[in-house]
Amino acid sequence: MLQIITLLVENKTGALMRVTGLLTARGYNIDSLTVARTLDPELSRMTIAVAIEPHQRRQLIKHMNKLINVLQATDLTDSPAVIRELVLMRVRAPQESRTAILKEAEIFGARVVDSTLEGFALEATGDIEKLDEFIDIMRSYGEIEVTRGGAVAVSLESKKLRLSPPVPRGAEEGKTEEKNGVI
Amino acid sequence: MSQLMSGAKILLECLAREGVDTIFGYPGGVTLPLYDAMYDNPIRHILVRHEQNAAFAAQGYSRSTGKVGVCCATSGPGATNLVTGLVDAMMDSIPVVALTGQVTAKLIGSDAFQEADTFGITRSATKHNYLVKNVNELPQIIHEAFYIAASGRPGPVLVDITKDVFQGNAHYAPVTSIHLPGYKVYTEGHTGQIRRAAQMMLEAERPMIYAGGGIVLSNSSAELRELVELVDAPTVCTLMGLGALSSEHPNFISMPGMHGSYAANMGMYNTDLIIALGVRFDDRVTGRLNAFAPHARIIHVDIDPAEISKIRNADLPIVGDLKRVLPKINEVLRELKPEAGERPGLKAWWKQMREWKSAHPLETSVSDTEIKPQHLMREIDRLTKGKAIVCSDVGQHQMWAAQLIRFNEPRLWINSGGLGSMGFGLPSALGAQVANPDQLVVAICGDGGFQMSIPELATLFNFGLPVKVIVMNNGYLGMVRQWQELFYANRLSQVTLDGFPDPVQLAGAYGFKGRTVEKPSELAEALETAFADPGPYLLNVRVTPTENVFPMVPAGGAINEMVLTPPQPAEARK
Ligand SMILES: Cc1ncc(C[n+]2csc(CCOP(=O)(O)OP(=O)(O)O)c2C)c(N)n1
Ligand SMILES: [Mg+2]
Repeated sequence: MLQIITLLVENKTGALMRVTGLLTARGYNIDSLTVARTLDPELSRMTIAVAIEPHQRRQLIKHMNKLINVLQATDLTDSPAVIRELVLMRVRAPQESRTAILKEAEIFGARVVDSTLEGFALEATGDIEKLDEFIDIMRSYGEIEVTRGGAVAVSLESKKLRLSPPVPRGAEEGKTEEKNGVI
Repeated sequence: MSQLMSGAKILLECLAREGVDTIFGYPGGVTLPLYDAMYDNPIRHILVRHEQNAAFAAQGYSRSTGKVGVCCATSGPGATNLVTGLVDAMMDSIPVVALTGQVTAKLIGSDAFQEADTFGITRSATKHNYLVKNVNELPQIIHEAFYIAASGRPGPVLVDITKDVFQGNAHYAPVTSIHLPGYKVYTEGHTGQIRRAAQMMLEAERPMIYAGGGIVLSNSSAELRELVELVDAPTVCTLMGLGALSSEHPNFISMPGMHGSYAANMGMYNTDLIIALGVRFDDRVTGRLNAFAPHARIIHVDIDPAEISKIRNADLPIVGDLKRVLPKINEVLRELKPEAGERPGLKAWWKQMREWKSAHPLETSVSDTEIKPQHLMREIDRLTKGKAIVCSDVGQHQMWAAQLIRFNEPRLWINSGGLGSMGFGLPSALGAQVANPDQLVVAICGDGGFQMSIPELATLFNFGLPVKVIVMNNGYLGMVRQWQELFYANRLSQVTLDGFPDPVQLAGAYGFKGRTVEKPSELAEALETAFADPGPYLLNVRVTPTENVFPMVPAGGAINEMVLTPPQPAEARK
């Protein structure tokens, strides 16, 4: 199962390498990764989708939090969060299937961003599984070309988003949570 | 007031402000401007003979003093040669700052002469690393590097500096503040947790204190001793923690783990409360995990949150600096102790402990015909009286030294614990001697590991460093041979070390004294002569070639099922 990890990192050379290095050193293949700057130009938000073995999850998040360039790393897998992805797609659409394709696109809330005699370019956003379905359906109409943007996420737990030190008050410590305070 | 200075000069100025008095290094093309600035700078540069040894020497300097060790290398091969020493420092949490030269910024990526991606290569070999391409950033980065290396859980930090940064000029003004928004260090420990920990300690009937390198790194030996006495718990010190509690202390049991004593391992198996202080439950300590302290609850104090519950779930975790946390625990212990009831179990526990100790003491056999390795370590112990700095290489000799030499204080026992890097002994002793010119520094090496760092004999001579190099010569890569004997039907594959050089000629060639000892009757006198000599000394001690280290917990074995003595009779060894 994919874990979604969100990180707030310093916008510095090497920060990305340090984070991905922790994953590659353990032999994990990253499913998707997005990085972009935040409101504060000195910080970036990174979202990683990766399948980590359950026994290594907590440890990995702790190691990410230890990185000097990482302000906060949070595992969103089991906490309330909105996770979305953007897909850009080209569909070959001969005359007879154009209407059907547009109908399906509408159902998935996709937008037509380009239309030619040969077919459409579509833009869709949604959660990852929904987009998988959308892609499957479009494929049934023939050849398609897809670029996925990778997961982006935002936690709905307000305390997870604070910028103050995140380790290891509870969340990381399982049952012994509140007891294992910091400071 | 700022001042226009070259990057090289700015670097040296920053080092001076960090209190650096010594750099272990080796020059090269891109560090020429730096070495030119060093020419008339008061910071002492120790020219080693290989960059790996610069990193090991910086560690010896740091491990023996607690200060940050500094090493320096040129780009490309110089930087790559440092890597083993950095990973070694990483594994044992030793604060080291490594400075490397890099090709001129605009040449990076062009396969320039002696270009290597040092920043990328050392990413996982360091606690943090930097690439400096702008001279204006240099001062800030140098001070950050020292701060990161020494604070929190210490470790190595590398700063890769392009040649044009050394050459460029900048207006230098002293750095007054450091801003690292992502760097979190938790020092104080949670008050409630500290209280609960103290209560648990006073309730335990069979407590064990498991003290490690964290006590040494945080300089909290005095605080540990107080805790030991308040709880009156038997105490084991790990390979990294030897000396954290004086070996002479009545509560000291010895080292636990693969080659730990019977009493230490039986204690760890049967305890009902492990008080783990600055340790990381290394596999060499725990053996098979489900047989490690199966009846115990765990209190784990460490400054690194990632160590808590990494291997063994902590029933009571405290994240903090031992130097800050231990006094608080001790305070609660002093407060609670008068009210705490008698612990009848504790008396029985100590009785049991003493029985284990006397049932299987550590092997110290002596022979009339050959020098036993244990005999060698016992003699070193007798003559150094727990006061010398002993730097060990990696192998059987390291285990015997750890078992049999006493250390009355922390920072006397220096060895490569986590990485187990052969070649560590001699250069780390070099670094320790530089930092402690008036102290007896002994390097104990195997005949294998010694030959990995032989060139540093020249450095010893060069700087008049009176290190006593003791080669425990068993003619084998002994530790590997032992495993081949025990687990691979004695099919000895590539472990014979023929052709050890004559130490008299070898040391003589470097300009000091050397000697071979073969007879047990000569051993004491030879060691005394070496230790009394004002200069460096190389002692080649021929010991029983096929002696094995016991007790032994085979890899993945249970700590209560130690192999105590060689399989009888030693048919395989004939
Ligand atoms: C750099 C390095 N290479 C290989 C090893 C594996 N190794 C561990 S102990 C050992 C044998 C060491 O032989 P020696 O230095 O003679 O010491 P002894 O065990 O005989 O005391 C070897 C090869 C290592 N620890 N480090
Ligand atoms: Mg040997």
